[in-house]
Amino acid sequence: MALIRSSSPHLHKVNSTGDVMRTVLLATLPGLAAMTFFFGWGTLINVIWASLLAVGFEAAIMKLRNRPVSFYLKDYSAVVTAVLLALALPPFAAWWVTLVGVFVAIVVAKHLYGGLGQNPFNPAMVAYALLLISFPVEMTRWTAPFVLVDAESSWSVLSLGDTLAMIFGGLDASMIDTYTGATPLDALRHRGGLTTEEAWRQVPVLADGIGAWHAVSAAYVMGGVFLLYRKVFTWHTPVAMLGSLAVLSTLFFAVEPDYFPDPFFHLTVGGTMLGAFFIATDPVTAATSNKGKIYYGIGIGLLIFVIRTWGGYPDAVAFAVLLMNLTAPFIDQYTQPRTYGHAKANRGMKGDA
Amino acid sequence: MTRLHSFHGGIHPPENKRQSNGAPIAPAPIPAQLVLPLSQHIGAPAEPLVKVGDRVLKGQVIAEPIGRISVSLHAPTSGTIVEIGPRRVPHASGMEGPCIVIDTDGQDEWIEHAGLEDYTQYSKSELINYIRNSGIAGMGGAGFPTDVKLHLGDDHIVNTLIINAAECEPYITADDMLIRERAAQILGGIEVIAHLLQPSHILIGIEDNKPQAIRALEDAVRGNRLNIDVVVVPTKYPSGGEKQLIKLLTGVEVPSGKIPADVGIVCQNVGTANAIYRAVHHGEPLISRVVTITGDAVNQRHNLDVLIGTPYKDLLNASDVRRDELYRLVMGGPMMGFTMNSEEIPVVKTTNCIIAATEEEMPPAPPALSCIRCGMCEQVCPAELLPQQLHWFAKGKEYEKAKHHNLFDCIECGACSFVCPSNIPLVQYYRNAKAEIRQEEAEKQKAEYARMRFEARQARLEQEKIEKELRRKARAEEAAKAQASKKDSAAAKPAAAQDNVKALKTAAAVARTKLKKAEKAFLAAQESGADNLAELEAAFKVAEQKAQDAQTKLEQAEKGGAPAAAGAPDIKALKTAAAVARTKLKKAQTALKAAEEKGQDGVEQLRDTVTELEAKSEAAQKAYDDAQAAPAPVAAPVDIKQLKTAAAVARTKLKQAEKALANAQDSGEGDIAALEAKVKEQQAKVESTQKAFEDAEQGGGAAPATPAIDLAPLKEDMEKALAKVEKAEVAAKNAEEKGLPTAEKMRAGVDKLRGKYEEAKKAFEDAQAQNASAAPAKPAIDLAPLKEDMEKALAKVKKADAAAKNAEEKGLPTAEKMRAGVEKLQGKYEEAKKAFEDAQAQNAASAPAPTVNLDELKADMEAARGKVEKAEAAAKNAEEKGLPTAEKMRAGVAKLQGKYEEAKKAFEDAQQQNAASAPAPAANLAELKADMDAARGKVEKADAAAKNAEAKGLPTAEKMRAGVEKLRGKYEEARSAYEAAGGVVENNTEADTVTLD
Ligand code: SF4
Ligand code: SF4
Repeated sequence: MALIRSSSPHLHKVNSTGDVMRTVLLATLPGLAAMTFFFGWGTLINVIWASLLAVGFEAAIMKLRNRPVSFYLKDYSAVVTAVLLALALPPFAAWWVTLVGVFVAIVVAKHLYGGLGQNPFNPAMVAYALLLISFPVEMTRWTAPFVLVDAESSWSVLSLGDTLAMIFGGLDASMIDTYTGATPLDALRHRGGLTTEEAWRQVPVLADGIGAWHAVSAAYVMGGVFLLYRKVFTWHTPVAMLGSLAVLSTLFFAVEPDYFPDPFFHLTVGGTMLGAFFIATDPVTAATSNKGKIYYGIGIGLLIFVIRTWGGYPDAVAFAVLLMNLTAPFIDQYTQPRTYGHAKANRGMKGDA
Repeated sequence: MTRLHSFHGGIHPPENKRQSNGAPIAPAPIPAQLVLPLSQHIGAPAEPLVKVGDRVLKGQVIAEPIGRISVSLHAPTSGTIVEIGPRRVPHASGMEGPCIVIDTDGQDEWIEHAGLEDYTQYSKSELINYIRNSGIAGMGGAGFPTDVKLHLGDDHIVNTLIINAAECEPYITADDMLIRERAAQILGGIEVIAHLLQPSHILIGIEDNKPQAIRALEDAVRGNRLNIDVVVVPTKYPSGGEKQLIKLLTGVEVPSGKIPADVGIVCQNVGTANAIYRAVHHGEPLISRVVTITGDAVNQRHNLDVLIGTPYKDLLNASDVRRDELYRLVMGGPMMGFTMNSEEIPVVKTTNCIIAATEEEMPPAPPALSCIRCGMCEQVCPAELLPQQLHWFAKGKEYEKAKHHNLFDCIECGACSFVCPSNIPLVQYYRNAKAEIRQEEAEKQKAEYARMRFEARQARLEQEKIEKELRRKARAEEAAKAQASKKDSAAAKPAAAQDNVKALKTAAAVARTKLKKAEKAFLAAQESGADNLAELEAAFKVAEQKAQDAQTKLEQAEKGGAPAAAGAPDIKALKTAAAVARTKLKKAQTALKAAEEKGQDGVEQLRDTVTELEAKSEAAQKAYDDAQAAPAPVAAPVDIKQLKTAAAVARTKLKQAEKALANAQDSGEGDIAALEAKVKEQQAKVESTQKAFEDAEQGGGAAPATPAIDLAPLKEDMEKALAKVEKAEVAAKNAEEKGLPTAEKMRAGVDKLRGKYEEAKKAFEDAQAQNASAAPAKPAIDLAPLKEDMEKALAKVKKADAAAKNAEEKGLPTAEKMRAGVEKLQGKYEEAKKAFEDAQAQNAASAPAPTVNLDELKADMEAARGKVEKAEAAAKNAEEKGLPTAEKMRAGVAKLQGKYEEAKKAFEDAQQQNAASAPAPAANLAELKADMDAARGKVEKADAAAKNAEAKGLPTAEKMRAGVEKLRGKYEEARSAYEAAGGVVENNTEADTVTLD
């Protein structure tokens, strides 16, 4: 047998990009389960629908780009993008909303920029932001947690069939009224002169429904810790992001508790935890070095607070992440680690035009 | 216990060490044939000492080191040398290299050998030399010659010795087994190293996956008088990397671009320590080593004590290999080892492991996906780089950015490639990028060099033009003067007339040509009815007038000059020689210009030739002028010599021309006809010069010549020729190394020059012989310069040696060349010594009568000094600008300095001798004392400056220190001169003895 020639190293860790992505998918399961439990079948259906779309778009694009389709599909990156987008969408988002979103994420935000690894912006968040701007009504119609739908029954979510009908058929107004409601963030934003304290007592979604969001956030944290444990990403980004958000909200809350919500609220509602562990940690679009990731995370936390507090959108994670995606290359230039044997780290980028 | 530090990153690949560390180290069978690459490690390959057919004994030296970074090679067993030639060697590129092949005889017969009885009795340098001659090179990674590292104690303060027993690569257990079985020997080796380096602390770093080896080491260390700690480090790849281990054990980082010794640390491998022990205590050179043979394709995975040079196939056979499953053959570990594509490749001193892997074991890397910037590579990089960014830049060929991201700090450990989920062959990218950057830089340097050469050439051309113009004017003036005086007495200055005739002839010809041109222009203008007709007509008239003038003058001169010219045959010959030289010069200049226009590589070479010819031309001219000026009887012998030289030169030229013609004919290029004409011309010249020479000799033989005068220029000639040969040789080597296409030509040029040198030497020797028989006078004068020569040569040898050592220690690429230079100098020294001894022997018989032309010598000396100063200034300038030529210039300065010193010494000697014979020793003494004092003052000043620099940690400190040493040497010289002179004052005979010694 001819002896092969190859460059060292001759050993490789048995892992692949596909493995990494599958691990991420696995880590979303608790969150998906919690969403399904509290908000009904919508999220699950959306996740499956979005994944199918993503595989379809990815395959089509690969074909167009003359690449081996199955080889690239095996990296699962398209599915991960789709799942993350679907998790962020309202559970009853109509089929075409998801379709547009996945198209934007896979085709526009990823492949038009050169494919996996080349995209400057997180594809799921690009899609989310675009949908939010284009279809504000659909995107802000959040599902009410089952506890608010019917306090009597133990698990009063819309049935699977009805959910399917709602997503793929037309919208039934009565169902909308029954099964949707404001999110806690919305509720607090549009509380109409109530102090934070009063809002907490009077607005049902805050008074009774908030537990659903806490539970979902806890589920995402579980997934995130799992990924940390599997070394899919490092602690730097999530910790920095959550830390800065917590510090900032604590400061404001301490100064004026009547007006600003408490830090715990900030950390547990909306997309905070999903963003911290699944979106901001997307390595392609984040800063590279450990130090850079800390700056990047801090930036996201800051922006989330700013946009939530003074901005006009219901949630801020997508915009915060996108804005920080923009700064990541710059952060990279100024956060090179100090190389062994060097007195200090290099700064900036030589050879840049 | 020392505190354990940590380094960033690292990985935990599957260890796969169990397979091979179960059985004790067994001796490998002696193979039928051993293949010993002459280049076993970094540095210069060794030089074979044996030839095909020799029988060698086990442990016999078969190749000796050349250059500083080189070690000896020994026969690993007894047998016969059957081949010295290229064979496949263990190298990543699968290339071939020179090897000595031994057919073993199975008797394994040792050469006489014994260890050192008490190594502490030996001086450090003796001991280190012993280790070098035992062929010991680092047995861990790159195989850096061990003695070089042991020398580090000389100019670095080494406070920590680290013994690398980490063996962090998977699969390898050679060091593990070695420690388990031979811990005491390793410790013995460490003691030797410690004796040489005198570290205050010794750390043995070992990974915690070798509990038995740790125990063995701890047992061995217990009770040892040295301050040794066995430090167990966590198993993590690459903790065995030199820099990583240093960080682990000491917390110190080796600054980028520095060596560990710069931070007071020296690393040695356990295998090396063991080898040192064997060499020092048993006199066994490094002829075998422990090699791990493992991998799924062998049934027996074990460690063998293998003779260096054993081909892999014998080891695989001894390990029961399953060839049909063998898929990948790795030398070294799986992380940094090389794949080998032949089983014929032999084990070398650095081979620690051979992995015969099956396809399942080391499958081909899956196709690479895009980088997802997951950062896993960054997390594991022990050099704290950003591998993903480097990959990005390497891929996009953005090398500036890659360099900015410290690409060159990558140790190619492979950790990043190992973890990359996208299976990107990162290390391969880095290797490529590094190679390309290096190449780019080399090219840039070349271009810069070419630019500089071009500019220098322009300047020189300009200068030459001006000079030529000046010379022409001077000649014209002289001619005019001569013409004027000739009118007074044509016969009194026959030579000038002769010159005039020629000049006038030329002038006449020129005038005629001009006239013709003007005529033509005039006619043309007339035809075309140009409006500047009047002007042209005027010009025409002027030209006509001039032509007539010239013609008249010529005729006059010819009438007057003819009889005189006939009366001075050798002058005529000289004139011919001068003319010939001028012609050559012109030709060479033309060639140079042509070459420059074409931008050929040989331009420099041609320039040298031109300069040389120019010098010759001038010399010839001068000789001619001298001859004219000097009265005939004195001039005669001088003429003979010069004529002889001229004849020789002409002959050489003829040969050259013939060769060129042959070349042209062969290649069918160039103007063959012209070349042929040239050859003919040369032939004619040879004949004429030869005839002139013979004529002169016949006439001059009778003249009572002063042969002692002849000798000096001849010798000078000879030396000049030698210097040229050397210069050309260096240039040729250089060209060869750079693979320039002109290398071959240059080589031919070197041979030619060498021929000239030999001629010159012969002439000199002839003259010497003649002198010896003709004039029995003044052998004592001969002796002194010879002695000086000898001493100078010795000094040069020493200086060059030191420089070479220095360069080697710094790992400069020129080190090798310098070493070769040292050897050459050594040869010269030996020659000089022999000459001196011969002369001394001769002197013993004859009587002393010292008279020396002091003034001449002094002028020589001063000229030399001027040159030195100029060259030095240039060199400094170059250094300051960081020009790549600086080094060469520096070398040139050193050479000139040497010459100056020679001249000075000659002068001083002569002075001294004169003083001895004439009554003025006191003055001499005072002068010498002044010299000495001045030298001392300089030493002191330089010393202070150097200290200052050292205190401030300036990078020039080292150089300054060297300068101080030099000055000190001079001072010592001055002092001895003074003392010698003092001896003269008190006792003449004693002084003579001193000189003679
Ligand atoms: S490990 Fe591979 S995929 Fe991950 S960042 Fe490094 S090069 Fe890119
Ligand atoms: S090969 Fe170079 S870049 Fe990769 S981990 Fe090793 S040192 Fe870092």
